Amino acid sequence: MSDASINTQVQTQEAGFGDYFALLKPRVMSLVVFTAMVGLLAAPVDVHPMVAFASILFIAVGGGASGALNMWFDSDIDAVMKRTQGRPIPAGKVTREEAFAIGITLSVFSCVMLALAANIFAGLLLAFTIFFYVVIYTMWLKRWTPQNIVIGGAAGAFPPMIGWAVATGGVSIESILMFTLTFMWTPPHFWALCLFMKSDYKDAGVPMLHVTNGRRSTRNHILVYTLLLAAVAIGMAFTGVGGPIYLTVALVLNGLFVAGAISIWRRDEETSEADGYKREKSFFALSLMYLFLHYGAILAEATLAPFGWGGW
Amino acid sequence: MSFRDDHELHGRRFGRNLGVALVLLAFIAIVFGLTVAKVTRGDYEPENARIQD
Repeated sequence: MSDASINTQVQTQEAGFGDYFALLKPRVMSLVVFTAMVGLLAAPVDVHPMVAFASILFIAVGGGASGALNMWFDSDIDAVMKRTQGRPIPAGKVTREEAFAIGITLSVFSCVMLALAANIFAGLLLAFTIFFYVVIYTMWLKRWTPQNIVIGGAAGAFPPMIGWAVATGGVSIESILMFTLTFMWTPPHFWALCLFMKSDYKDAGVPMLHVTNGRRSTRNHILVYTLLLAAVAIGMAFTGVGGPIYLTVALVLNGLFVAGAISIWRRDEETSEADGYKREKSFFALSLMYLFLHYGAILAEATLAPFGWGGW
Repeated sequence: MSFRDDHELHGRRFGRNLGVALVLLAFIAIVFGLTVAKVTRGDYEPENARIQD
């Protein structure tokens, strides 16, 4: 949208409720809800269903608030990238000031409510997660280093730890392992996306790995991180949150994921362009199923444990 | 310039107000549910309250 007159016209639109809801990144929120719920249910402490429901909701609101603050700060980048041009701020439906106000209000609200509903530690962990995503990742790392997604991925990995903290009031090796699973999964997931999103990040001036170090290096990184991820994911099977169901799921998925990473690593740009980045796209799609099914298996182990079927 | 009742702008404003109203009602229901859960669980019995402090 280079035509200023068009932009001015668009910015006079009045936002509907859905436009404000879109600020909260509902798709990211669904991942937050699911992983936090698994963290909560996998913990070896019973939580009242109402407390569990409210806590998951407040964690989701906190995740949404950080999404709104991310859109506030990154509105200049979002306007350039094709993938994000339809977001409420670049689309002219919501102003930056509104996004900032909603983000800050919901951040404070969600942390205070989680502390009241569950415990203070869970509230503080949610506050740290929002701080990490908005300040450490969005404001600092994203525009500064090609390792942005590696370190910044921690923000998306905290929800299962918060869910666990809701139940137990603290941190344990199992919750740290769930954190590590999402943390190690994020880089190959995003780098695969970068490979077929082509010039989006370059146009926006974001120093993603494929922009600064080249696409060959990105393929190498995907393979290395996938191998490390596989070790963590399969190793989790032998901890308190694992069991035979999880082990089976982890072996199958990690076999497929490593095979996909090797396939991407062996390809060059000419081959990928020739088939429209088919392998990279299927690896990205598999990565979504990968995380969902791993957490689904942890949930299955926790749910079946009372009947004597889950766990070792 | 006056808007007719069925102007698209009014529809959008109505949707926004309705959304806010539903969110507030949901919040009231959640706080009520949490209160009932915590009171029936005995969180505010004197001995439990002391432990929490």
